[in-house]
Amino acid sequence: MTGAMDLPPKGGFSYDYCRRNAMLADKGLKMPGFLKTGTTIVGLVFQDGVVLGADTRATEGPIVADKNCEKIHFMAPNIYCCGAGTAADTEAVTDMVSSQLQLHRYATGRESRVVTALTLLKSHLFSYQGHVSAALVLGGVDVTGPHLHTVYPHGSTDTLPFATMGSGSLAAMSVFESQYKEGLTREEGIKLVADAIRAGIFNDLGSGSNVDVCVITKGKTEYLRNHQLPNPRTYASSKGYSFTKGQTEVLYTKITQLKPKVEVTEGDAMEE
Amino acid sequence: MDGSHASGSKVAAADGPGTQRTQYPYVTGTSIIALKYKDGVIMASDTGASYGSTLRYKSVERIKAVGKHSLIGASGEYSDFQEILRYLDELTLSDHMWDDGNSLGPKEIHSYLTRVMYNRRNKFDPLWNSLVLGGVKKGPKGEEKYLGMVNMIGTHFEENHIATGFGNHLAIPILRAEWREDMTFEEAVKLVEKCLLVLLYRDRSSINKFQIAKITTEGATIYPPYSLKTYWGFSAFENPSQGAVGSW
Repeated sequence: MTGAMDLPPKGGFSYDYCRRNAMLADKGLKMPGFLKTGTTIVGLVFQDGVVLGADTRATEGPIVADKNCEKIHFMAPNIYCCGAGTAADTEAVTDMVSSQLQLHRYATGRESRVVTALTLLKSHLFSYQGHVSAALVLGGVDVTGPHLHTVYPHGSTDTLPFATMGSGSLAAMSVFESQYKEGLTREEGIKLVADAIRAGIFNDLGSGSNVDVCVITKGKTEYLRNHQLPNPRTYASSKGYSFTKGQTEVLYTKITQLKPKVEVTEGDAMEE
Repeated sequence: MDGSHASGSKVAAADGPGTQRTQYPYVTGTSIIALKYKDGVIMASDTGASYGSTLRYKSVERIKAVGKHSLIGASGEYSDFQEILRYLDELTLSDHMWDDGNSLGPKEIHSYLTRVMYNRRNKFDPLWNSLVLGGVKKGPKGEEKYLGMVNMIGTHFEENHIATGFGNHLAIPILRAEWREDMTFEEAVKLVEKCLLVLLYRDRSSINKFQIAKITTEGATIYPPYSLKTYWGFSAFENPSQGAVGSW
């Protein structure tokens, strides 16, 4: 029986083009930029499980490319992963490990464990020597209990009671360090995570828009997309835009009938 | 932006034969936290000064009283702070010699410092500090509290709460969320200690020895140094690789 787990994955960073790229860069070639996620992502362990949180702004340099992106990625029904760094990298690596976990579930007939996801992620990232720019907060609840880990682009991991990553991580960490305690209830956990993400949203330029939350407990996962929307669109007038008829003065009216100018014919369907 | 990290950016070097401009700081102090409260302004810092990655001096006062109405706190190069204190001494002395019943208030001292910092920056020879100036002085609307900051490139502003260095990233989010008008001294100390504790956990150049200073209409008081209690008892810290081999 062959599966994704049997053979060690081939690959890792190939240094073949490095010399060529350096030579081209010297000659003035501008390497394409990356869509980064700026980002504030957090996770914490509470009494019944883990709560993950993320902001929803994706930046491309100084511009906000996506106002409402999803940074909390599905890994398994009981495991979710927040991603910071290069958007393509976080998306691809979490997708890949999610698929590997599913194949593993079919092979073993058991619920996935957080350490499995952790090991798959860290060995992939290590083999690419930090060039896959994905900084992740991985959390979930499995048979061995609730787990929360951070994974760095070079492949190192930490096991923590509370964690923050991304450009807004210091703002969020200041909230956690001053308010986290063990044995939080679900409501307290969600509130603390939302407070930390909001600290990132309002104090870090790379993070913004809305707060996404994901609560994972034994047997149940709740993905609260856009749990808070602290940056609503505002209008000059509270009713939004409304223009009553007659507000704009009509100078003159000219109606041109299109029918006499356009020839309508029946035709054959296009050849496939 | 100040010199809490040892190797700051290199600035244009020689100007003429033998002359050099300030390139990077050597002995540096880390963050200062300050906020306005009901009776005046409270300012706090740790008492450490680092020499690159070495914690060289552990009993350094980075907050000093200036004149009758102000407190100055500095992060960044310690020798530049000492020089600034000398300039302020000269300033307050000549102000005292006028003997006109008036004394320089925090706003004036802040303005003076801004000019000094900006002029040095324009000569590519900055005083490598972020200075926090707080005080209370009687003005047209009664006792007016003042709190402002000026940094090595001359950027200056006034605010209800200030943090320099790492405090910008770790303390400002807390201050923005929890500062209120007219806090009592006890509440202000609690808020400041909250920030200092986070900085102690997450700033590698801070030490567990802090000084709090306050300035009110009665004058400046700099309290003796003390330590904060830290908590390390999380269960995940006890055996982190138990559930995940290879994880710290």
